[in-house]
Amino acid sequence: MNSSLALSSATFIYALASVFYIGSFSFKKQSLAKIGFMVLVLGFLDNTLGIILRWIESYQMGYGHAPFANMYESLVFFSWTVAILYIFVELKYKESIIGVFATPLVFLAIAYASLSPDISSQITPLIPALKSNWLIAHVIACFLGYAGFAVAFGFSIMYFVKPNNPDAPTIFAKLPSVEIIDELTYQMVVFGFLFLTIGIITGAVWANSAWGTYWSWDPKETWSLITWIVYAVFLHLRMMRGWHGKNLALVSIIGFMAVMFTYFGVNFLLSGLHSYG
Amino acid sequence: MKKNKTIPELIWQFFSSVKLAVYTLVLLASTSIIGTIILQNGTPQQYLREYGEAVYNVIKVFNIDDMYRAWWFLALLVILCINIVVCSIERLSITWKIIFPKKIKFNPDRFRKQKNLESFSVDKDAPTLFNDYESFLSKTIGKVIKEDTATGTTMVAETGRWTRIGVYVVHLSIILLLVGALIGSLFGFKANLNLDEGATSDTAFIAKKRVSINMGFSIRCNDFNVKFYDTGAPEEFKSNLTIIENGKESFTKDIRVNHPLRYKGINIFQSSYGSGKPDRVVFDIIRLSDKSVTKQSIKIGEEIQLPADQGLFKLQGFLQNYDFRGNNLGEAFIGKITFKDDKEIQIAIPLEFPTFDKMRKGAFAFVVKDYEKKYYTGLQITKDPGVWYVYLGFILMIIGCWVTFFMSHQSIFIEIEKTDGNSSKISVSGTTNRNNQGMKLKIKKIVKKLKDI
Repeated sequence: MNSSLALSSATFIYALASVFYIGSFSFKKQSLAKIGFMVLVLGFLDNTLGIILRWIESYQMGYGHAPFANMYESLVFFSWTVAILYIFVELKYKESIIGVFATPLVFLAIAYASLSPDISSQITPLIPALKSNWLIAHVIACFLGYAGFAVAFGFSIMYFVKPNNPDAPTIFAKLPSVEIIDELTYQMVVFGFLFLTIGIITGAVWANSAWGTYWSWDPKETWSLITWIVYAVFLHLRMMRGWHGKNLALVSIIGFMAVMFTYFGVNFLLSGLHSYG
Repeated sequence: MKKNKTIPELIWQFFSSVKLAVYTLVLLASTSIIGTIILQNGTPQQYLREYGEAVYNVIKVFNIDDMYRAWWFLALLVILCINIVVCSIERLSITWKIIFPKKIKFNPDRFRKQKNLESFSVDKDAPTLFNDYESFLSKTIGKVIKEDTATGTTMVAETGRWTRIGVYVVHLSIILLLVGALIGSLFGFKANLNLDEGATSDTAFIAKKRVSINMGFSIRCNDFNVKFYDTGAPEEFKSNLTIIENGKESFTKDIRVNHPLRYKGINIFQSSYGSGKPDRVVFDIIRLSDKSVTKQSIKIGEEIQLPADQGLFKLQGFLQNYDFRGNNLGEAFIGKITFKDDKEIQIAIPLEFPTFDKMRKGAFAFVVKDYEKKYYTGLQITKDPGVWYVYLGFILMIIGCWVTFFMSHQSIFIEIEKTDGNSSKISVSGTTNRNNQGMKLKIKKIVKKLKDI
């Protein structure tokens, strides 16, 4: 067993989990969602194993670093964080139908990592600037934040597909009530916001210990701040201005666009200090 | 309500609106994008080449080449600051009495109207139930306030009243961050210093402002080392530095990337490196007439006798880029030969091209056999007296967010009403300042536990 075998099998298991959730949703079969959940947990365990193995392999190669060093590793970890967050949400709120909006994200991230020709899965050595204990704290916090926003995005989509009439003859009528979607979206945004805050702060403290400046308006920093502001606006609109429903869901979707640009756009289109993430 | 407001009142009202905060934040976020697309702190030539004269004039008027320090961007930050302060004062003046009340009072009717109210009946008399429930509430929630009504008894216990302060802590933290940033930009600096191995300096250079700055002490680079991975990428580099104060050596320390040295409020970071001038080199001096080879070690600035008393050779220096008829031959030593007849010629001995000096077709050819590879260390020198305000802001922000999002002020209400005979009707409900969904679940759990008592 090696990490690449574990991670590519995890990709297929996640695909299977998504299929079960979509099937459960389309055919209104609760049992399929139950199987989907178990498959998702299995994929998550496989994903975890892959990350641990990759960590060990990096030590065997003499590089010795946590598997958070390039785009490939970050995508694998992104899948992992979204999966664990969704598993937690399903266990806590006992709503399985929403999995159809979360599990495809888990699958897409890891599939993109494995299949895109632009993303190398090689274990590479760390440049000196990344050799710091802050790396682990910074990456974990940022990606938990991204995961919260990703799941919130999945839930926000529900507002736009759910018909107003609960008896409407469409598969989307079975979605949870607007109150529950609203609550879930809010909880996910709050979770993401707290961890993005911690992620930005650990990044700033790290930058200050590596370069002597905690903020240098590097594109990645600026975009993470833009994302943070969008979600700060979301929270103020909800709590102080009483926004709900589709309008607020739109803000959450804009926020997730900012997350995506921070994650991918900055690396592909702009230049800066971050090698990924 | 007065109809005509004075100007200060209008200004206060303007700054106390949440709408203003939302608009300011949206403006900050959207304008920040500009600086990630348009090059920052470039030279005029770069902008002219990229955008042309007309656009460059616009860039200059709005300081878009340094937009995060431009007047309009700073003005947005100032508006945000005032907005946060005014909003917080306005709301805190109301919340303060709720957070720190003289006496905690509660209104039973408010609890009776809660959507999460649950009722059940028990075959026990009211006094026994009261004792059981009081000890349950005081154990799991907090101090119990009891009030008798016409039909029975009500009790309320609450927790987390103080958590209402959380959001103000977050707002305070943002003010601290901005104050810290302001102090840093007024009294701090960010400079660079490149030191050859063995060299000493007390002045760093601020690239952005093109001025140099005296640190108040000197730094000597004793040694620099770089380790490479087998891929050729640098694995680690470190400098051994000695701090010299008033002509006396103070102390010596190694610095690495991510492991800086801090001294007297000045931070010294390992940020880069490059090859510096070697000071000792070993030449093979080949006499072309008989191909005899003499090995000679020489320092820069030193003068030696050529073999067979043919004249003198002085090693003058080292060039990073030696230019030969328009071709860059890279690193090279430069020297001067003085023949016995006082004729002088200057020669170059490139490292990469060992046969270069032979082509001169002189009596002797010089080939670099060995030299001490030397580096310079690239240090970043910074001072930021505002950083502690920023760090305090960071800590308060995390604590404040945690308290605001995951804790709440919760009050649990239990009413015991005597029904016929020995049984009682129990009603349970709760209020919270956030997360009503969570409160609903909590009431259900409490009811389950109360039934088990």
